[in-house]
Amino acid sequence: MPESSSVPSSVTASDSDSVSYSSKSSDSHGRFSSVEELQHQLSEVDYLCDPGLAGVVYLADRLGKPMLVEGPAGTGKTQLAKSVAEITGSRLIRLQCYEGLDEAKALYEWNYKKQLLRIQTERQVDASWDDVSDDIFSDEFLLTRPLLEAITAEDPIVLLIDEVDRVEVETEALLLEVLSEYQVSIPELGTIKARQVPLVFLTSNNTRELSEALKRRCLYLHIDYPSMEREKQIVLAKVPDITENLASQVSQVVRSIRRLELKKAPSVSETLDWALTLVLLGVSHIDAEIAADTVNILLKYQSDIAKANKELTSVDGLSP
Amino acid sequence: MQVGTELSDGTDTQEQDQDQPQALSELAVEAGEPLLELLNGFMAELRAVGIPASLTESLDAMEAVKHIPITQRDSFKYALAATLVKNQAHWQAFETAFEVYFSLRGDEYAITDDDLTTADSDTGEAESPAEGQGGAAGAALSPEELAEMLYRALLQGDNSMMRTAAREAVRRYAGMEPGRPVGGTYYLYRTLRNLDLEGVLERLMAVEQDSSGEVTDADDFNLRLRRDDYELRIAELKHQIESEIRRRLVADRGVEAMAKTLRRPLPSDIDFMHASREEMTSLRKAIYPLTRKLAARLVRKRRQGRTGPLDFRSTVRHSLAYGGVPAEPKFRHKRPHKPDIMVIADVSGSVAAFARFTLHLVYAISSQFSKVRSFVFIDGLDEVTNFFEGSDDIAEAVHRVNTEADVVWVDGHSDYGHALGVFRDNYFDGIGPRTTVLILGDARNNYHAPQSWIVKAMQDKARQVFWLNPEPRSYWDTGDSIVGEYAPYCDGVFEVRNLRQLEAFVNRLV
Ligand SMILES: Nc1ncnc2c1ncn2[C@@H]1O[C@H](COP(=O)(O)OP(=O)(O)O)[C@@H](O)[C@H]1O
Ligand SMILES: [Mg+2]
Repeated sequence: MPESSSVPSSVTASDSDSVSYSSKSSDSHGRFSSVEELQHQLSEVDYLCDPGLAGVVYLADRLGKPMLVEGPAGTGKTQLAKSVAEITGSRLIRLQCYEGLDEAKALYEWNYKKQLLRIQTERQVDASWDDVSDDIFSDEFLLTRPLLEAITAEDPIVLLIDEVDRVEVETEALLLEVLSEYQVSIPELGTIKARQVPLVFLTSNNTRELSEALKRRCLYLHIDYPSMEREKQIVLAKVPDITENLASQVSQVVRSIRRLELKKAPSVSETLDWALTLVLLGVSHIDAEIAADTVNILLKYQSDIAKANKELTSVDGLSP
Repeated sequence: MQVGTELSDGTDTQEQDQDQPQALSELAVEAGEPLLELLNGFMAELRAVGIPASLTESLDAMEAVKHIPITQRDSFKYALAATLVKNQAHWQAFETAFEVYFSLRGDEYAITDDDLTTADSDTGEAESPAEGQGGAAGAALSPEELAEMLYRALLQGDNSMMRTAAREAVRRYAGMEPGRPVGGTYYLYRTLRNLDLEGVLERLMAVEQDSSGEVTDADDFNLRLRRDDYELRIAELKHQIESEIRRRLVADRGVEAMAKTLRRPLPSDIDFMHASREEMTSLRKAIYPLTRKLAARLVRKRRQGRTGPLDFRSTVRHSLAYGGVPAEPKFRHKRPHKPDIMVIADVSGSVAAFARFTLHLVYAISSQFSKVRSFVFIDGLDEVTNFFEGSDDIAEAVHRVNTEADVVWVDGHSDYGHALGVFRDNYFDGIGPRTTVLILGDARNNYHAPQSWIVKAMQDKARQVFWLNPEPRSYWDTGDSIVGEYAPYCDGVFEVRNLRQLEAFVNRLV
């Protein structure tokens, strides 16, 4: 790759040129100086990734767009947001999605119990309803939930909307609204605009198709299982006291297992669990017996375990 | 300082032309209009494949290329994908188009003069002068030397050596000539034929066995791991060879023509009945997410419909915490109602592939219905519910269905009438007012009697009857297809030729 250091980084386009290379370096954009640098920073907090992934994060920051990360469970989607928060020195605000999550839990809610108590108290002093309602619809009675919190924050924020595929479509529409305008309107209080465009990560385990509108709004990245080399690096970074040799073996076995047609392939977290177990057991070299004895950490289904045990001791390679 | 993260504009790099290698000057041109033109062509190609990008998304893509230079190929590719491709099932199509449209960009991919001259593959004499770039080692190699280089590259997993070997192999063996009217597959075949990769694999395996003195290292387990390793490296080599062939074809025929040649239907558009082996694999992979989504949706849907009427007692009980104010209304839960399903699938040769997919689907959803019974038929009919219920492994269950089910009555040619008769005689009692019956087949009946009254009788007993036909609608009721005979007694007859249509039907169903 040619070093293009002779190329000015930020050149305003001439009139005739339709491509403009000025980067809109406002406060909230331009958190990273380059893709390589970003990748390097991530590796320093033990998040190991490909240039492709780093490129998309870089772009999300530059374009001020939310990033939707989709992929199987345990491939580092949640961790990505956490790690980005860490390297940018941002506060992580996490909205964990679940079925039934609604506006009141995602955005804001009036603290009606407190409001009721206030109404009862004021009734005794004969306050007019106008006074009471001005009173009870004020900041004091507002319960700020993650989305509103992220919008109103003054410090740097990474907003993580985790496992968005678990909410209902209506709640998804609510998220979209907030992510499009970066503002929230509360009928009793007015519209609250974001002071900054936060870095937003949405993750999905792909249990359902998200709406086209939400996808259009986001940059999309599919994270798959890492390459063998990458996984070895992750194991080395995350498992204390593991030898290089064992880490190589672990990632090699896992890669071979993932080639099989399984109900559920091992995820990175399962690789890590397995590696940790092997270290604790004092294993320095994996042989067939050790693999067979511990493979239940990698695989959850009996049929998968049986298949792996059978396949991995067959020298003939994948049966077609 | 944003070194290397942004493209320069045209004017700036023009000054550098003299000192830069050819590829860089190409880049300079690209940095202006040509890149956008290329990108436009690329996006048009994506549309042609069926990957829809909205206006916003196209604008995002144009914005993206300003921030990530094309020289950082991986980042550039993923950045484009992030703006344009929002469905993992479309990735492969994206990647192919990307390779074609951008395979001549970036210096390591640039075509040099001698790339386009072909070595005489039969005598094996390399005629090109030494190359002026990284591939120098590949020049003027004897076939033996090339074979040795290939072997070493695979043994060590050395990617750059692999690429050099791939280039050299294509130049020497593919026999590519400008304007020759054959496809890339032909050149690939010619190249691979000369490389004997199976022999190389055996040689690699043998060497490890000999050289590793340790007995423990040569057990089946370790041999298997090694074999996987080499197999993947060989797959990578093949990929390199294919890329090299494409790169040359693009140079010869132009980007658009090549893109058009390589265009394939998206997984969701692959016709069940005419899928190639490769497509079958991608279909099989695509059906898992579909069934997973379906299952998730079913569960969710049932839970959603669960909120029932206000539960007065519970509300009052909870109101005690708020001084008697009923601040937290409580609702009674409704018992979800689970439908049951009967699937009757034609598994004759004409629709075998389709039947397999639907059986997968049936298996995946079976836990979501209170009861799923499945039947398969050709001219006889048999129940296969147990094969699915007793099994943890879909592939195995489907295999058992195909080998063990008793579906042949006379000659193993479809006879819907007789099969329906068997169903009526043996299983009719299983249909109740909550049952949804799905009949899957092309209704090609070999001119036997339709016995459509049995379907009518089904409809009378069941909640609903649907027919899914894997043939194009325009073929219905032509030749021996008699789907029109049954249609009046179905609550719906649907063309289901691909995953897209199957998904649409399933959405209707739940
Ligand atoms: N690329 C990576 N680098 C470092 N650790 C990783 C990586 N990918 C996954 N992990 C680790 O794997 C585990 C699961 O990751 P997580 O982010 O929870 O997965 P997901 O959100 O995709 O289900 C965590 O312990 C995480 O640190
Ligand atoms: Mg997660």
